[in-house]
Parts: sequence; structure tokens; C-alpha cells
Amino acid sequence: MSFNVSVLKKDFPLLSREENGEPLIYLDSAATSQKPQKVLDVIDSYYREINANVHRGAYRLAEQATTAMEEAREKVSSFIKSDRSEEIIFTKNATESMNLVARSWGESNLNEGDVVLVSSLEHHANIVPWHQLAESRGIEVRWIPLTESGLFDLTDLDRLLDGVKLVAVSGASNVLGTVPPVRMLADAAHNVGALCLVDASQYVPHRPTDLAELGCDFLAFTGHKMCGPTGIGVLWGRSELLESMPAFLGGGEMILDVTKEGFTTNTIPWKFEAGTPPIAEIVGLGAAVDYLESVGMENVLDHEKTLTSYALQTLSDRFGNDLIIHGPNDVSVRGGVLSMCYQDVHPHDVSQILDSHGVCVRAGHHCAKPLMKLLDVNATVRASLYLYNDESDVDALADALEATGQFFSP
Amino acid sequence: MSGLEDLYREIILDHYRNPRNQGELETPPAVMAEGFNPLCGDEVTVHIHVEDGVIVDMKFGGHGCSISLASASMMTTVTTGKSLSEAKDIIYSFKQMMSIHEGRLEEGSEETDSPMAGLGDLQALQGVVKFPVRIKCATLGWNTLEQCFEELASQ
Ligand SMILES: Cc1ncc(COP(=O)(O)O)c(C=O)c1O
Repeated sequence: MSFNVSVLKKDFPLLSREENGEPLIYLDSAATSQKPQKVLDVIDSYYREINANVHRGAYRLAEQATTAMEEAREKVSSFIKSDRSEEIIFTKNATESMNLVARSWGESNLNEGDVVLVSSLEHHANIVPWHQLAESRGIEVRWIPLTESGLFDLTDLDRLLDGVKLVAVSGASNVLGTVPPVRMLADAAHNVGALCLVDASQYVPHRPTDLAELGCDFLAFTGHKMCGPTGIGVLWGRSELLESMPAFLGGGEMILDVTKEGFTTNTIPWKFEAGTPPIAEIVGLGAAVDYLESVGMENVLDHEKTLTSYALQTLSDRFGNDLIIHGPNDVSVRGGVLSMCYQDVHPHDVSQILDSHGVCVRAGHHCAKPLMKLLDVNATVRASLYLYNDESDVDALADALEATGQFFSP
Repeated sequence: MSGLEDLYREIILDHYRNPRNQGELETPPAVMAEGFNPLCGDEVTVHIHVEDGVIVDMKFGGHGCSISLASASMMTTVTTGKSLSEAKDIIYSFKQMMSIHEGRLEEGSEETDSPMAGLGDLQALQGVVKFPVRIKCATLGWNTLEQCFEELASQ
């Protein structure tokens, strides 16, 4: 399939919605992506045609539902180039994936004084679980600093790694777009006997993912940012680690046997999937993977790079110093997330005026308050690009920003 | 422009561009409270100086969006010079206005017996109700003023 945005936009029913007679300009895919018709159809036909509880019934319908769910696991597995689909654990979202690692691996492997090394640009989902371990087990949370342009400052990496048991970093930032050198960090972690977790929530949806290239031990991501439904996330982990970790939640599905005295756990991945899973959402995620693969993740990446360059150039040409875009300039180390401050207009006010022009962007701290503090702002306006955006969306953003300036100028 | 002019009335933009009573007062004799909107990280401070049960001076500070700044600025102009109980009545009416359902707003906003009667310029802020996420911005300064009253009462 060749990449043609104007054709591809038509795959997403919501993008044909109009606001005040104008097409809706959706620039908030870092928060959640829109869904292609195919994903909606697959979820709909799952409920109409094969809905039954999984892994439990001997009747054919239940077997079909189980097969549909396990096929989706295979699809997700091959999407990130894992050769063992039992290493794919379905969770509710990326947040739960990281909490699973913190609670299961962290509680049983980390002790007082052990260090979890995170970066200064992390999402709260990759901060708070470690803060919780600091409270419950006395671990230390240490921070990789950032350079002026929002890259990881690794000049002191050796010192930072002292005492570290886990390096937990974003694959791509949801605020600055920064794509850090994950492979290098994973290797450095392994050299000191630590593990590496990647919060790939903003990575997997936007570029080809190859676990062997990343070199990490855990990878967390979330279905709703990659054209899939809400309520489904993924944790990938190395099988020998997952096997050695205690179960996270207890209940049905995750056990081999239960007696009055105790229980034995099921094998992976089911050991970590207690209770009835979100079957329709899993099947929907499988359809999202099919969709992204039919477009081609290389194509998605190329498109977003070109569009991000266009956006950076257009915005700086049109607004110069009136518009600050945080994060790196170089599209080889950043994704299509643009966090902006416009003159001294508050981000709430900017997004309100943009909304009146049909442009959807996010204003706020983007669940990254330590980063906001570092940038010395309370909030930013964030526009984020995805496969269905094109230059006309960027132009609409720029026009609406210009109108914002006029609206608030004395 | 989908109701934008309801939100950003001219008088609101005027208070935003030229905020009244911005700054601080010396404590004591003044009392101070800090308000915080966890949704957007906005912060506001309110200082009041009360003599014989009358608010003789009030200043606000901090940073926030146009709605929160304008609302705080307007609050200082209408409550300074008022007795504590008069100020509490104004706060009550203002909060009533902020909690009115959008539907009722369209029907009966001009009625004299509505809770907005007597709010004067503050009525310009009633359009905020159409933008529910912004209500917290509009009430931030007012909640902080109430905290000042609590601070006073505890002294
Ligand atoms: C970098 C990053 N990590 C984690 C998350 C959390 O995703 P979810 O809310 O789906 O768990 C997000 C999205 O909000 C994100 O952008």
C-alpha cells in the first residue's frame, strides 16, 4: 500500500466530523489516536458473531473467541518482532504495564538503597510507581538530566548508574518528542547488572519496533494511541524474567490450581492476566496492528518526519520568537509532538481559541510535572501529529495561532 | 466562533490586560492564602487587610489564564470596601452563578430575582458556565479569598 494521506484520512470516520461547518483538525494523537473503520468493524463483528468467554468453554463458539484473542497476541508479538508470543501480556494500558513491573518485579527484587534511574522527561506513569516503591521499600529514584534542547544529558552516565537496578525511560517523549538512545542505555544498564524498561507508549505507534534493536528487558505500550481501542495495553518482558516474577493480580485465569491451602500459578502470559480479559479490545488491537502493518511503519515514520520538519519550519517562519517550541529541532531525534508556548498567552486560552477554529490540541502539564518544572512553565500547548495528519492540518494550526495572537493583542 | 464572545467578554479581556490590585500586602496586618488548580498547575495568592470587619485592602498575585486572572481582578474590585458579611454574600452569589446549569442561563439570566442580580460587572463571567473546564479557573481566586476568611477566623 502506497502512502497517501488524503486517502488514508478516509479510513478514519471521526476525521470527517465537522465543527461549525469546517473540517475538524485533530492534533491530539499523543493523548489518543483516532480509530480506522476496520478496527471498529472487527470489534463490532466480534460482539455480533463470536462473543464468548475465553479459555473456559469446550463449545466451538468459546474456542473461536479464544482463537481470536490468541491470534491477536501473535499479531502484537510479531509487530514488535518478538519471537515468543507468550512474552506478550495484555494489561489495561501502559500505566498498568509499568505498575505490573513495579509491583511484581520491583517488590521482589528491589531493596532499600537500590536505585531506579528514570529521566527528567518521564510521564507520571513511569514516575509514580517508582515513588511508591520508594515509600514501600526505600528505593531511590534518580533522574537523568536533560540538555538545553531536551535531549538526555548522559555526560555523567557512569556516576548516574552507580547502584542502579533498573533503568526506566521513555522510548519517545509525550511532551518534547525526544527519542533517546535506548539501545545505548539498555547496554549501559546491562553492564552494571541492571535491567532496562522502556515506556514505548509514544514509540510503538509511530515507528517500526524491533526488540532486538532496542535491547531492553521490558517494553510497555498502550493500544489506544496506536489506532486501537481504549482499555487494552501491553507489557512485553523477557520470558525468563516473567517466569521468575510473582503474579501481580490474583483470581481466575492466572492459576493452575487452587486449594483451601493455596494456589499455583498458570504459565506465562496467563499468569499475569487475572480475570476475564478485555477480549473485544484485544481483538481490536490485533486489527489495529493489521491496519498499521498494511500502511507500513517505515512509511508512518517517514511521513511523520517530513511533516514534523514542515511544522517546525512553518511555525518558526510564521511566528519567530513569538512561539517557543520546546524540545529538539532535529527530526532524527524527535517525534511529531510539538509543545509550544505562544507569546504570554496562557495555554488554556490558546487551546480555547484554537478549538473555536476546529483545531484540537491539548493544554496542560501532559502528566509530566517534573519536566514542566524543569522547563519553568506551568503548562504548554501541545499539538501532536500522526499518520492521518498532513500539511493542511499544520497550516490550520498556524492560522488559528495567528488568530489567537490577534484575539489577545491589546 | 462558537460562543467565544460569551466567554471572553470585553470587560474580562480588559481585566486580563490591565489587572487591578495586583501584588501583595504586608502580613501581618494582612492575611494571605494560596490557591492551586491541580488540573493546570495555576496558582493564585490573595492578600486581604481587614479593619473593624471591613476589607480595607486586597491584592492578588500568581499566574493563570485570562479567565482566572480576570476573575480574581474583578473580585478585588467588587469586594474591597465591603464588610466581611457583604463579601461573603457576593461570594455566595458568584458561586451560585458558576453552578447554574447552562440551560437555565439562557432562559432567565436577565431576571432581577436571579442570583446574579446585584453582581454588576461580574455577570460578564456567566458565559464561563458554557465551558465547564473553565469554571475552576473562574472560581480559583474566590476560593482563595474564602481561605483568607478562614485564616482570619482562626486568628
Ligand atoms: C509517554 C507516556 N507514557 C505513558 C502513558 C500512559 O498511557 P495510558 O494512560 O494509556 O496508560 C502515556 C499517555 O498518556 C504517555 O504518553
